[in-house]
Amino acid sequence: MLNPSLLKEINQIPGYENKKAFAGAFAVEPNKKTAARPVKFVKPGTNKKFALDYIIDAVGLKDGMTISFHHCLRNGDAVMLYVIGAIAKKGIRDLTLAVSSLSLVQDCLLPFFEQGVITAIDTSGNRGRLGAYVQQGKLKKPAIYRTHGGRARAIETGELHINVAFIAAPRCDKYGNINGVQGKSACGSLGYAMPDAEYADYVVAVTDGYTETALDYVSIPQTQVDYISEVDSIGDPAGIATGSIRVSKSPAELVISKYAADVIAATDYFRDGMVFQFGSGGMSIATASFIREKMLKENIVASAGVGGVSGFHVQMLNEGLIKTFYDPQDFDITAIQSLGTNPRHHEISASAYANPFSANPYVNMLDFAVLSATEMDVNFNVNVLTDSYGKLLGAPGGHPDASAGAKLTVITMPLLRNRLPMLLDHVSTIVTPGESVDILVTEYGIAVNPRRQDVTDMLRGKALPLITIEELKARADKLTGKATPIEQSDKICGLVEYRDGTIIDVIRGI
Amino acid sequence: MVKAEIYGADCVIFDLEDAVSIYEKDAARDLVKHYLTELRPETCRIGVRINAQDTPYYELDVRSMVPVKPDFLRLPKSETEENIQKLDALITECEKESGMEEGSVKIIATIETALGVYNAYQIAKASPRVIAIGLGAEDFRTDMHMTRSEDGQEILFARNMISLAAHAAGVLPLDYVYSNFKNEEGFIADVRFGKMLGFTGKSIIHPSQIPLVHDVFTPTDKEIEQAKKVVTAYEDAMSRASGVVALDGKMIDAPIVVRAKNTLEYAKASGKEL
Repeated sequence: MLNPSLLKEINQIPGYENKKAFAGAFAVEPNKKTAARPVKFVKPGTNKKFALDYIIDAVGLKDGMTISFHHCLRNGDAVMLYVIGAIAKKGIRDLTLAVSSLSLVQDCLLPFFEQGVITAIDTSGNRGRLGAYVQQGKLKKPAIYRTHGGRARAIETGELHINVAFIAAPRCDKYGNINGVQGKSACGSLGYAMPDAEYADYVVAVTDGYTETALDYVSIPQTQVDYISEVDSIGDPAGIATGSIRVSKSPAELVISKYAADVIAATDYFRDGMVFQFGSGGMSIATASFIREKMLKENIVASAGVGGVSGFHVQMLNEGLIKTFYDPQDFDITAIQSLGTNPRHHEISASAYANPFSANPYVNMLDFAVLSATEMDVNFNVNVLTDSYGKLLGAPGGHPDASAGAKLTVITMPLLRNRLPMLLDHVSTIVTPGESVDILVTEYGIAVNPRRQDVTDMLRGKALPLITIEELKARADKLTGKATPIEQSDKICGLVEYRDGTIIDVIRGI
Repeated sequence: MVKAEIYGADCVIFDLEDAVSIYEKDAARDLVKHYLTELRPETCRIGVRINAQDTPYYELDVRSMVPVKPDFLRLPKSETEENIQKLDALITECEKESGMEEGSVKIIATIETALGVYNAYQIAKASPRVIAIGLGAEDFRTDMHMTRSEDGQEILFARNMISLAAHAAGVLPLDYVYSNFKNEEGFIADVRFGKMLGFTGKSIIHPSQIPLVHDVFTPTDKEIEQAKKVVTAYEDAMSRASGVVALDGKMIDAPIVVRAKNTLEYAKASGKEL
């Protein structure tokens, strides 16, 4: 729980006067209307394609405004550098960069931060030199870290008002229809760009896949797109999508994955017609592969899969083990191709996926979710944003969203990484509250959250290596020695927002 | 080392021999000593492979390991019963010095020369401390001037000899290390073949091989059911003082009953519900 004096300090920061402290996963009940944006009007036959230089003037971009991007091109993205470079040349300064996440490739934006072109960040995560810049306290105000669902919520409620959304578009027709499944820079689902497209004052498609022919597959419709900027390349395909992600070969990760599959199969949530989410790391895919074996053995079929998609998910979809897939993001070429061709593979927006303030986000369908963690504590709080030294490393992403929505949230995490214990008295940053996390699976045993007595009852007598979280922690301490709490500066460099908009933790300076 | 216990091995052997450079022998001893004193797991047995008797490290290996009570020491290059008796005597001396129960530290003999294979039975019978013998295939091939094949045809005789000698002496025959751990298919075939030859366990080099060995040695549900039927039919016949036991129209004789009981023992050890 956020210290009241800390909240007071946050509320004194311009722009964050109304921030509230996290009070429980479902404590906030919204009472606002969704945001509105300027009405659009385009006469028939109007050309949308112009040079970026012209577009920046046409949308009236000025100092202090907010520009947005999506992160679906991941570490191959070239659009942010291209657009912000053009903006910088016009002498525009003091912008807020609202981007669904920032990868290492965005370290190239540092000069624009240093020149004052960008002075604030609103994102899910950043790392590398940009992360270090944030933790040196060089932004005008603390960066804000939102969950995928939380970002969609913030956009829809007007809390995050986007003046201009620049949308990297692998394919875009002359009318402004966009998709991510075609073109030389295909990235798959454009789920994370959809809220921006719907709510930004102006929407600009930046494409290296321009076509005069109307698209047959549309992710973002022409009705939302004001301008099109054609470029030679929106990114490096090698950084956008990997080859198929494979099952982990690490024996320790396989031990954890096997335990995770065993524990899930021992609960009532493993049943015909279930809905689940697996991450796309090697360990999550390994867990999925063990679950797949059990599904085949017990003749069980999932009614739906939700969340980011990789080749392994596609394999299960094609085998009929998953009937349908709801996909806000794709990780590899197999997944991208499947989205474009398989009618049972559906593209959904980040809002549909995880926005807590909607009639029913898809994460609420989940029977179970298998997620990872960089650290956990004895209260089952999870950190996926900073490393053991408090340094920015990852991103909340959909972690808190899936955890809140799923009936059973299973975290797979090694108890030790090298010589460091990953289970602590207190995580360095709380991202997902322990109240929405049910099971921790490690290589040394499985701990069930005491809040879930029902789950403990389900697992009784099932020959699983169950252990209390305190025993697991004692084990880690014995193996590595007790971790010395990290020393951090008093300066608040980032706010970690829960999906409902409350502040669950802060990022300190390093 | 701290993660050695997590992979589900029935027994973990820490190596002081070939995997440790001659400059690190003392450090390796310290690590194993610390591990056995502070971090010893409850879930699997722990052994230590010491250096051979013709090395300058052998004696200190034994003297430093016995007091921290490993379940056994594994002696490489066991060639004669004298090798085992010499180790037995040194362990006894160390046990006495440490106030330990005499005989608590066992011996597993690794046989890896032509002479060792020839003397396998004498080695297995050399001391009551010997609980198992196994073949060190690479050194054996070298000693025998053999050409290595992927399916190990050239070591078939030695494997047979180890299995025979172990059973004759009443100790466990441990099958050799299949070092190409990336060849999963070849490894499984090899474990199956070893099981067919009478080996009751397999030495392995990589954690990924553990579940594969368990899969081969764990009886299937069908095998368990059949074994239960055999044992029940046998016990039923015994209770009726009947000399003839039949199941599904076939006669059951004593070896079949023993095999069925073995199957149930394996099933139990594998954590299967009976």
